[in-house]
Amino acid sequence: MTALVLIMIGLVAVGGTVVACTGDPKRQAVTLSVYGLLLGVLFLLLAAPDVALSQVAIGSAVVPLMVLLAVRTVRAERARRR
Amino acid sequence: MSLYAYGVGIWLVLVGIAGVVRSRDLIHTVVCVSVAQSGTYVVLLAVGYQRGAVAPIFGSSSPPGTPVVDPVVQAMALTDIVVSATVTALLLALVIQVAKRHGTVVPDELHALRG
Amino acid sequence: MNRTARLVVFALGAGALAVLFVAALLKMPAFGADVHPYRDATMIAALLRRAPNVVTSINFDQRGLDTFGEETILLASVVGATTLLRPGSDERRRTPPGDGRMLHATRLAGYVLLPVTLIVGADVVVHGHLTPGGGFQGGVVLATGLHLAYVAGRYPALRRLRPLDWYEYGEATGMGAVVALGIAGLVAGAGFLANILPTGIFGSLVSAGTVPLFSVAIGIEVASGVVVLLAGFFEQDLAVRLRPKEDVA
Repeated sequence: MTALVLIMIGLVAVGGTVVACTGDPKRQAVTLSVYGLLLGVLFLLLAAPDVALSQVAIGSAVVPLMVLLAVRTVRAERARRR
Repeated sequence: MSLYAYGVGIWLVLVGIAGVVRSRDLIHTVVCVSVAQSGTYVVLLAVGYQRGAVAPIFGSSSPPGTPVVDPVVQAMALTDIVVSATVTALLLALVIQVAKRHGTVVPDELHALRG
Repeated sequence: MNRTARLVVFALGAGALAVLFVAALLKMPAFGADVHPYRDATMIAALLRRAPNVVTSINFDQRGLDTFGEETILLASVVGATTLLRPGSDERRRTPPGDGRMLHATRLAGYVLLPVTLIVGADVVVHGHLTPGGGFQGGVVLATGLHLAYVAGRYPALRRLRPLDWYEYGEATGMGAVVALGIAGLVAGAGFLANILPTGIFGSLVSAGTVPLFSVAIGIEVASGVVVLLAGFFEQDLAVRLRPKEDVA
């Protein structure tokens, strides 16, 4: 059980690095969603179901949706004002 | 092993801030702030974890008396997750306004923000 | 400052932070150890107040004032973001497009899962003091479930399910309900946001005093807040457009 926790912590570290290193915000929304799922599983393994519920709903659904909508709006604004 | 578990939390915070410093797009900056915040959740929950203990919810399968993990850090982390999502939304709204006023979201091109 | 200078300053700062953190780490109890004084104190308090979910008891009963503060931050952020996302003076709203092809399987899955998710969200909110859940989690599940109408259908379908005024009233109602609960505690002489209702039988739905009421109020507020927030982003992307030049003159 503890081995599983440690492996999950390692995966979360890798996931966070990937999200920060993805330069394109469109792609970052997808990696952020996967990272949110990894975090949710880690929180579940650390015996925190309440926190895992919050994290999966927010980090995998709400924030990537907002990021994608912001990316589309910014791209349209940039094209319009050039 | 404690160094590994807590160290990953501080690594996520530092990687998030490094992403902010190296960023070429303001939306990428906002997402990296979100990653840094998630590092603090990992540190909080790692502090509260106890090997062999279950979730802090008593019921028929875990009667009062079974060892549970620390609920105080979980209470802190879960309200923080929801509230920081709305703050991320506020930051994204600011980025949209910057794009409208200046036509660009590359931090190095935004002369008006220069200190 | 230019890019290289920024990176050098960051490297120095990050190095110092890492050194400080490792120095602090060496004095902390080990990962997975048994030293949790706050846990012992709150567990006993939660059992005395008949709340099986200790995390919800901390959020809505023992440290209700902190939750009140977090809720205010949420309300302020939503108000700020909505103000920033209003159409400006040189913009106008157009009718959002209702076209686009949708796989029938996606549409079926969305329309079937929409009521299921809403009911699960309401269940998570109301049973917050008994099972994993509470106002914050259930509110987010409710808000995300509502947007299945956008995933399964088109944006006009979502707009029909989402009369925005009602959600703004809902947000204010949630905040007002928490303040009313707090003042009820003051009036009863026990203190702001004190738990004044009888605590009932351990494990039944109507138990733990004001915790279910507080949880429902927070659930309404978080759900309405997230819906209003996402509505602002949707409108900016799909509906707000620059006013044509001849209109402005």
